[in-house]
Amino acid sequence: MKVWALHLAVIAGLGAALFVLPPYHVTSLSRIMVLAVFAMGYNLAFGYTGLLSLGHALFFAAGVYGAALPASYLGVSAGPAMIGGLFAGAVMAGAVGLLALRTAGVSFMIVTLMFAQAGYLTILYFGQVTGGDEGLVLPETVRQLAGLDLSSETARFVTALVLFSLGLIGALLIVQSPFGRVMVAMRENEERSRMLGYNPFVVKLAVLALSGAYAGLAGAAHAVLFGYAGASFATIQYSILPMLWVLMGGAGTVLGPLIGTALMFYIIDLAGNLTTATLLVVGVALLVLILFAPRGILGTLRERGLRWLP
Amino acid sequence: MAAMILSARGLTRHFGGLRAVDGVDLDLHEGEIHALIGPNGAGKTTLVGLLCGRLPVQAGTILLGQQDVTRLPAHARVARGIAYTFQITSIFPRLSVFDNVALAVQRSGSRDLKQDVFQALSRVNLADRAAQMAGTLSYGHQRLLEVAMGLALNPRVLILDEPTQGLASGEIAGFKALVRSLVPETTVLLIEHNMDVVMDLAHCITVLAFGKVLAEGTPAQIRENPAVQDAYLGTSHA
Repeated sequence: MKVWALHLAVIAGLGAALFVLPPYHVTSLSRIMVLAVFAMGYNLAFGYTGLLSLGHALFFAAGVYGAALPASYLGVSAGPAMIGGLFAGAVMAGAVGLLALRTAGVSFMIVTLMFAQAGYLTILYFGQVTGGDEGLVLPETVRQLAGLDLSSETARFVTALVLFSLGLIGALLIVQSPFGRVMVAMRENEERSRMLGYNPFVVKLAVLALSGAYAGLAGAAHAVLFGYAGASFATIQYSILPMLWVLMGGAGTVLGPLIGTALMFYIIDLAGNLTTATLLVVGVALLVLILFAPRGILGTLRERGLRWLP
Repeated sequence: MAAMILSARGLTRHFGGLRAVDGVDLDLHEGEIHALIGPNGAGKTTLVGLLCGRLPVQAGTILLGQQDVTRLPAHARVARGIAYTFQITSIFPRLSVFDNVALAVQRSGSRDLKQDVFQALSRVNLADRAAQMAGTLSYGHQRLLEVAMGLALNPRVLILDEPTQGLASGEIAGFKALVRSLVPETTVLLIEHNMDVVMDLAHCITVLAFGKVLAEGTPAQIRENPAVQDAYLGTSHA
């Protein structure tokens, strides 16, 4: 009860923000919510199941292009394009998982990283189609959802909020389900899980595909809401960022990804007003975090008494 | 004689030059408590590792009922009814006691998860600790939790690898009663160093030495067997 009340209150709070925040912050918050979906997906794999992937940029980019290519070349509208992006992310993650999950630990990180780099180079190689570094600007005509113009501030915010809410409720349902318990069991003690009759490969593959679906949906939403697709979304930066967001908010907490994404977004935003060395500020923030709250913000709160936090 | 539930023929596992298990035949009859004993390094844990699938078999066959499970991976054998409790306690320390058992219960298919979890926990007297983090339990209680997880799988064959190790003598009496209550619904394969427990519980004992079966029989037969006394108890009949 308490858990649901908290999460629904967060969604309501985000909704209310539309009416009180100035336009600049409404745009920022739309972007944060979309990226938080990406982070929530990363968290399912990393935070709950213990799969430390360095290749999630590939799944995000699969979503970006899974939506942007049909939208640009075939005139597919935003709704179907986003569904296409979701499936592109899930299928890509499943395919990578089939091979990468034969490894674990550091090898898994390296294999996923290599797949993502190969994906990035592939996007550049087919630059005439994908736009490469310059990217593609999506035409206004396809950025329509149920009659709403997604380039308008309000429609964009509402769409982002709906997707975020679906992602959040989905994540909450998953981690509180029997399958969520198995995910955590894989993270905590894979050998014991195997001897309780769970096939680690199948469980981890399912989680990775699910995580890829989140990443794909986020990528697709980013493309249609902000009207741009480009190879930069497939760079290593987009594999590292969700990890940092999750670590900052609290790995293995449902709301951690949102908090981490928002904080990091605003740290970079504020630092950008003061200096060009924004990455230095990010680095310092992470050092402080690792030194004083290694379990992230919500992870630390959970340790300090809020044990009911999912 | 009851029907055979688990039957191994010619099981072999070598580690380099070490013949840890070397052509072992083992038959478990349905509903019995079968003890596996032997000096340290006799190959007991390797043998049960082969039976439950933690180690791949190099030669030999394993039948569960009528079904050949030799090539099945461990998780698939568990699904068919072979449960294994670890010699070195292997629980989920950062999950609650409830969640530890729930993982086993939900795998075996349960209509009322909560009720079945508490039922498994009450059998080892841990029901009042369900909300506790498993890692904060005392060692003895962690052993019992390990057994509860095995029980909760509703296995056809339950393999207990040195379950009384680290239990206080008072806890051992309760443990013996628990194991007795499992048969004949479940067949128990017990690896145990505590001879009092073995002699008291087992219907049949297999003695392993240097990876081979040295003797097999009832507790009385094993006690009288001079070869066993030599190998196991270190006495000499020169």
